Amino acid sequence: MKARQKFIVGSFVIIATLIILAYVGYTQSKTYYHTISEVSSMHGSILQQRMRVSGNVKDGSIQHVDGQIQFVLEEEGKTMPVVYTGTDPLPDTFKDGAQALVEGHLASNGHFQAEQIQAKCASKYQATPPGVTPSQAPSQTMANPASAPSGS
Amino acid sequence: MDIFGSFALLLALVAAVYAFVAGIAGIVTRRPLLIKSARNAGMAVCVLVALAVATLEYFLQTDNFSLAYVAEHSNTALPWYYKFAALWSGQEGSLLWWTFLLSIYVFFALFLNRKRHPELMPYVGVTLSGVQIFFLTLNNFVASPFHILGAADSAGVMHMARIAEGSGLNPLLQYPEMVIHPPMLYSGYTGFTIPFAFALAALLGRYPGEKWIHITRRWTMIAWTFQTIGILLGAHWAYAVLGWGGYWSWDPVENASLLPWITATAFLHSVMMQEKRGMMKIWNVWLVFVTFMLCILGTMLTRSGVVSSVHAFAESSIGGWFVGFLAIILAVCLAAWYKNRDYLRSDNQLDSLVSRESSFLFNNLILLAACFAVLWGTLFPVFSEWFTGSKISVGPPFFNKVNVPIALFLIFLTGVGPLLAWRKTSLDGLRRNFAWPAAVGVASGIAAYIFGFRNFYALICLILSVFVTLTILSEFYRGARVIAARDHTDIFTAARELTMRNTRRYGGYIVHFGMIVIFVGIMGSAFNKDVEREMHVGDTMTIGPYSLLVQNYDEDTNANYDAQRATMEVFRDGKSVMMLYPERRTYSASQVTETIVAVESSPLRDLYVVYSGISPDTNQPVIHAYLNPLVKWIWFGGVIVVLGTGLAMLPNRRSGIVLRPVGRRISEPITPGAAVAPAVGPITHRTTFNE
Repeated sequence: MKARQKFIVGSFVIIATLIILAYVGYTQSKTYYHTISEVSSMHGSILQQRMRVSGNVKDGSIQHVDGQIQFVLEEEGKTMPVVYTGTDPLPDTFKDGAQALVEGHLASNGHFQAEQIQAKCASKYQATPPGVTPSQAPSQTMANPASAPSGS
Repeated sequence: MDIFGSFALLLALVAAVYAFVAGIAGIVTRRPLLIKSARNAGMAVCVLVALAVATLEYFLQTDNFSLAYVAEHSNTALPWYYKFAALWSGQEGSLLWWTFLLSIYVFFALFLNRKRHPELMPYVGVTLSGVQIFFLTLNNFVASPFHILGAADSAGVMHMARIAEGSGLNPLLQYPEMVIHPPMLYSGYTGFTIPFAFALAALLGRYPGEKWIHITRRWTMIAWTFQTIGILLGAHWAYAVLGWGGYWSWDPVENASLLPWITATAFLHSVMMQEKRGMMKIWNVWLVFVTFMLCILGTMLTRSGVVSSVHAFAESSIGGWFVGFLAIILAVCLAAWYKNRDYLRSDNQLDSLVSRESSFLFNNLILLAACFAVLWGTLFPVFSEWFTGSKISVGPPFFNKVNVPIALFLIFLTGVGPLLAWRKTSLDGLRRNFAWPAAVGVASGIAAYIFGFRNFYALICLILSVFVTLTILSEFYRGARVIAARDHTDIFTAARELTMRNTRRYGGYIVHFGMIVIFVGIMGSAFNKDVEREMHVGDTMTIGPYSLLVQNYDEDTNANYDAQRATMEVFRDGKSVMMLYPERRTYSASQVTETIVAVESSPLRDLYVVYSGISPDTNQPVIHAYLNPLVKWIWFGGVIVVLGTGLAMLPNRRSGIVLRPVGRRISEPITPGAAVAPAVGPITHRTTFNE
């Protein structure tokens, strides 16, 4: 049974290594999904989290200030100011009333610093069955190259 | 006409139910006539589903927008081949397509075995029709593609409404590969149903002997080939269409297609343990079961919207049906296994850590670990919401951290495993087989390091790739040398003869080599570069050895889309080498904008240029250029893998049956593998069965 024991020990070492690697990868890339109302009531260390928030772009809120794009995301009456800090051009679907998913973190002034933005025309948004709010169905088919994850 | 399609689907469901019920009745009563009629019903399903598919396709080609599916997924200006592809671009159509491909597999599985395995086939037929009932139920009652657009008049009476123009095919799908990628991938997904049915049937019927494992292996190889092609085409489509410079982003839908591929790969290896040594029987049965369940899970992930994805084109609340179906499959598999677990008792045990057996065990362990990690990462948003209440997703760093070392270990096993002897390998044998390849591998690693190649994983990958390639070459060389000396032929003719005598073994080596080529291509991504900036006409950007000059921006309009196009001249060492035309298209029917990437591909590197959009601040076009080394190796490696698999499925050429003097044949070994590679244990099994 010596071979069998060796095999079990070898497997154990391999699995343990992989678990450690998985944990490191997890801490580097975990992203939370939050709704705007959750974000507004947040405090403490969770504010440091990397997160994704979805909502609709408030009509007339898109502004270009000092080379940066600012807008307001709204959902169920709650709003959240967003500053886009990414480098990719925004998708063409990003306009007033569009459904948007922003990824980034909260700044100390309460603005959301978005590194990535995915957007989808509100009129094309038919895939969600009735009764499902955008927060439950975060990024249905927001096919847009600028925001696809990079690095393979 | 729509009635015709719906009716064909309904009849197909009736036929499948009949095949199921009559099949069970046939097994219980053992009446041959009943078993035969169940089989015929199973084959009839294929004809009926084909009629439904033909009907839907007819509507698409004739622009019949009174049908909701046609109105949502097609438009008049669409070229005929994309109208053809529109068939599977939405929920209802793609499920119908699933059912159709499955029914083709079922037809052939039943037809080719109609005179064979009389004890096994009734169980197979029942299992297959059970799966068909599920999908036909969805086709008929949950996601019927033959839904007519209706409108109520003033009196509240519904009338058929025919709208003038459809809303068009998703522009992301308007790409030539999209006409072949889904059929390939679905052929993989559906194909794993057949091995599942044979494995479950063998277990339920306690089919004596190992015959079923050969049949299962053969069908798994077919499905595996399609799955491989499908995954690679999908990756190539993502690379060429999505325009983010990569081919794999660990997106849930990509992962979903990888999962059954991994478990099927594990099965194709561990099946040898059962054939040669009578080991790992329980493991193998479960690998087949799990592969099928992962196919169903993958189909569900692709369309339920449980996890968000850039590849998901058809989403709805259909997930519940799949969860229910998965639960039923799991329950049936568990029950079948528990009831018949003594049937799967192992004949042998592991003798030594340095043996073929142990290399297979590690191969399976590591593949399963990869599968588990990918599954876990894909479903993490779902699990984390269940257990902690907040939805957390993990990104590419998680998947890469785990899977890159796994891939490297697999490459290592690819080189080592096939040359280890069964049971126990001597130190002497190890040295004889590996000394040279390992030395050359390490030497090339050192050389690369000196030339400034510093990425750790890429360096390991290089060393292992050289090592494995050399072990594969030496296997061919040693075998061919023996034949060449005896037959007085040159080494290449001899190598071909050798391959044809044991297609399974040497085809397998070719598949391994193809995988190495793919891994080298993936390794290239460690050296990717990209530059993005606003560019006026006359501006130049430099990336790697290339300089890109914007000559002009222009616009183009046709019935299907409006395009904005950049004309760029590419210079290398001061000389003009080519023109590139990255484009952005806005499709008229859907008002969706898409980038058309300009790629200049060479074996060493791809220059990949994207017209990313107009900068909102300056109204200037933004160009994003990528330099991706070795990407072409991935597609090329894929071709080698597919050819190798095709070769491995061919029957062995029997020594000397073809026109050759009898006298010469006497000295030939009965088992070519044993004679030509003395260090390797005898290969006694030959794939001479045909099912």
